[in-house]
Amino acid sequence: MSSDPLSGSDTLVADSREPFLEVKDLHVHFPTDDGLVKAVDGLDFTLARGQTIGIVGESGSGKSVASLAILGLHRRSKARLSGQILLDGEDLLAVSDQRIRSLRGNQMAMVFQDPLSALHPYYTIGNQIVEAYRIHNSVSKDVARKRAIEMLDRVGIPNPDRRVDQYPHEFSGGMRQRAMIAMALVNDPKLLIADEPTTALDVTIQAQILDLMKDLQKEFGSAIIIITHDLGVVANVADDIIVMYGGKCVEKGSVDEVFYAPQHPYTWGLLASMPRLDKVRSDRLDPIPGNPPSLINLPSGCAFNPRCAHRSEVEGDRCRTEVPDLLEARPGQSARCHIDAARRADIYAQISGQEQIPVQIPDLVQDPVQDQTSDQKP
Amino acid sequence: MLYYIIRRIIAAILMLVVISIVTFGIFYAGPTDPARLTCGKNCTPSSIAANRHALGLDKPVTVQYANFVKGLVSARTFPDDPVFAKNNPDKVTHCPAPCLGYSPLETKLVTDIVADRLPVTLSISLGAFVIWIVLGVGLGIIAALKRGHWQDRGIVAISLVFYSFPAFFIALLMYNYLSTQWQLLPPPNYVSIFQDPAGWFQGLLLPWFSLAALFAAGYVRLTRAYMLETMGEDYLRTARAKGLGERTVIFKHTLRAALTPIVTVAGLDFGGLFAGAAITETVFNFQGLGRAVVTSVSVFDLPVIVALVLVAAFFIVMANLVVDVLYGVIDPRVRLA
Repeated sequence: MSSDPLSGSDTLVADSREPFLEVKDLHVHFPTDDGLVKAVDGLDFTLARGQTIGIVGESGSGKSVASLAILGLHRRSKARLSGQILLDGEDLLAVSDQRIRSLRGNQMAMVFQDPLSALHPYYTIGNQIVEAYRIHNSVSKDVARKRAIEMLDRVGIPNPDRRVDQYPHEFSGGMRQRAMIAMALVNDPKLLIADEPTTALDVTIQAQILDLMKDLQKEFGSAIIIITHDLGVVANVADDIIVMYGGKCVEKGSVDEVFYAPQHPYTWGLLASMPRLDKVRSDRLDPIPGNPPSLINLPSGCAFNPRCAHRSEVEGDRCRTEVPDLLEARPGQSARCHIDAARRADIYAQISGQEQIPVQIPDLVQDPVQDQTSDQKP
Repeated sequence: MLYYIIRRIIAAILMLVVISIVTFGIFYAGPTDPARLTCGKNCTPSSIAANRHALGLDKPVTVQYANFVKGLVSARTFPDDPVFAKNNPDKVTHCPAPCLGYSPLETKLVTDIVADRLPVTLSISLGAFVIWIVLGVGLGIIAALKRGHWQDRGIVAISLVFYSFPAFFIALLMYNYLSTQWQLLPPPNYVSIFQDPAGWFQGLLLPWFSLAALFAAGYVRLTRAYMLETMGEDYLRTARAKGLGERTVIFKHTLRAALTPIVTVAGLDFGGLFAGAAITETVFNFQGLGRAVVTSVSVFDLPVIVALVLVAAFFIVMANLVVDVLYGVIDPRVRLA
């Protein structure tokens, strides 16, 4: 494992960038009747306090499973975990059930995807936040209730003293998600994991929630892991990014570097498949061909190879036979690919060159299809 | 919430009125003749006619219904004829309010019949209800928590066996083996609780278990199904992520959601208790309301039938009302309805 976020960084800030969370060679396998599902197959990353890391991947790439493993929510299931998850030096995979329960909701908290189904419909929001608070702090109900109102106010819910006695179904989607964030942050956790927190919300609310999370991070200094399949969200909030595919990390680095100089064909495909405002509308979208792999029968060698357009760049059949290691491509950035780093840079320069913003809008008369989109402005 | 309750109460009252009209209409406008019962074997048509007049059965159905409703709040006499009453005061039966009618077959006021039999039915039904709720829901929860293990399979298998057998079969089996042969339970016998509490309790054990066995089996399956459904919900994952212990997650979060439909079913079953468990009462020879329904139907004793149907309907409607309100208390999402 050669990627090290500290390499190349100023020694003066090294202390504040001490890794708070270190995931080392995490494997999460589920034995099922159909075979062994390797949901996470060797994941490594580190996260410092006050930093945000985004984990990106398609459905079924293992991102949610990894975050549940950090919280220890696989303990009662049939999952087999190996590796190390060091939270402030403590290995979460080795501690007792009681210890991890005392950490959950306290030092580390999670915000889930759909707040309507993630909140108990029969208890008021206040009741649920108070419960989260009193589990880890022995205080009276009144004190806890005041704290709940304070948190609701902090996340921007108007009339918190009235709202605290309302039920989840009486909130709108954005308010519910804010309430869930309030509940997660009530004990000032050092680590916040947000599993697709804005997927169920519309775009304007999405922006508000992301801004809220950034503000709260500044205020509380928590480390955030944000799991999403939306590259726009990652670009907005994250400092570092991990791209997952088939249970493994295929690219890792800072957000700027990965977005402007991506090092893995999968990342190229992801960036190319995003709909863009500057493209002519009659152009079709450019998805990655094929489907995500089955986690029971992963393709041999590199998991991405059946869908990769650049297999021929590697001599022999290495893509199909050998699993590539995660190697450093540029300082602070690694990728899991057999293609030589310099060659990758060339390829990307080529393919990204094809998507440059057109200097001139094509003449409307020449292309009959354009007539239908004639209200398009330059 | 208050409006919810008021709306439900009004609906319940209307429902009862409609039920009473329909019941009355069906039975009294039907083909059987209640007057036929009044005189035994050697009946001349004229005596039947005289009895019919005396009982007021020759009046139109609407008048009979009006008299019935009036009788619920004021006293009635049978026969209704004031001249007859003056001449033969000893042949007149006085029926104080609430008057549910007069049964010429049993020569008793229906209210008295109901009052005699109600404690018996309640004793059997309520006791069995408590047992089957505790057993059924308890075993259902265990089966759901231990899903796939031997406890689950065992409980489901046994409940399937009990569910498949007819009530009289279970009752007779238990009577034979548990009471007569192995003498594990005392022989079934009804004594009033006010007379002999210990005897009351002992005599009812066998009927309780035999009635409870059938219902408990159904509740085991229901509870298990609802528990399993609730255990897959996202909010339980949130509860665990907050750091709650497994006990709290099960008892505070899961059970409350899973038991809501059980409360509905249990409430309705409770309402049905007042109709009496006819088979159990017959097998163990208890003089309860269920038994009364069976015998009165077989001899067409209409006043008794009508009254028993209405009593049962009243309690079922009331139970529905209570369940509706309870549901609003348990599940806040319902209150807007």
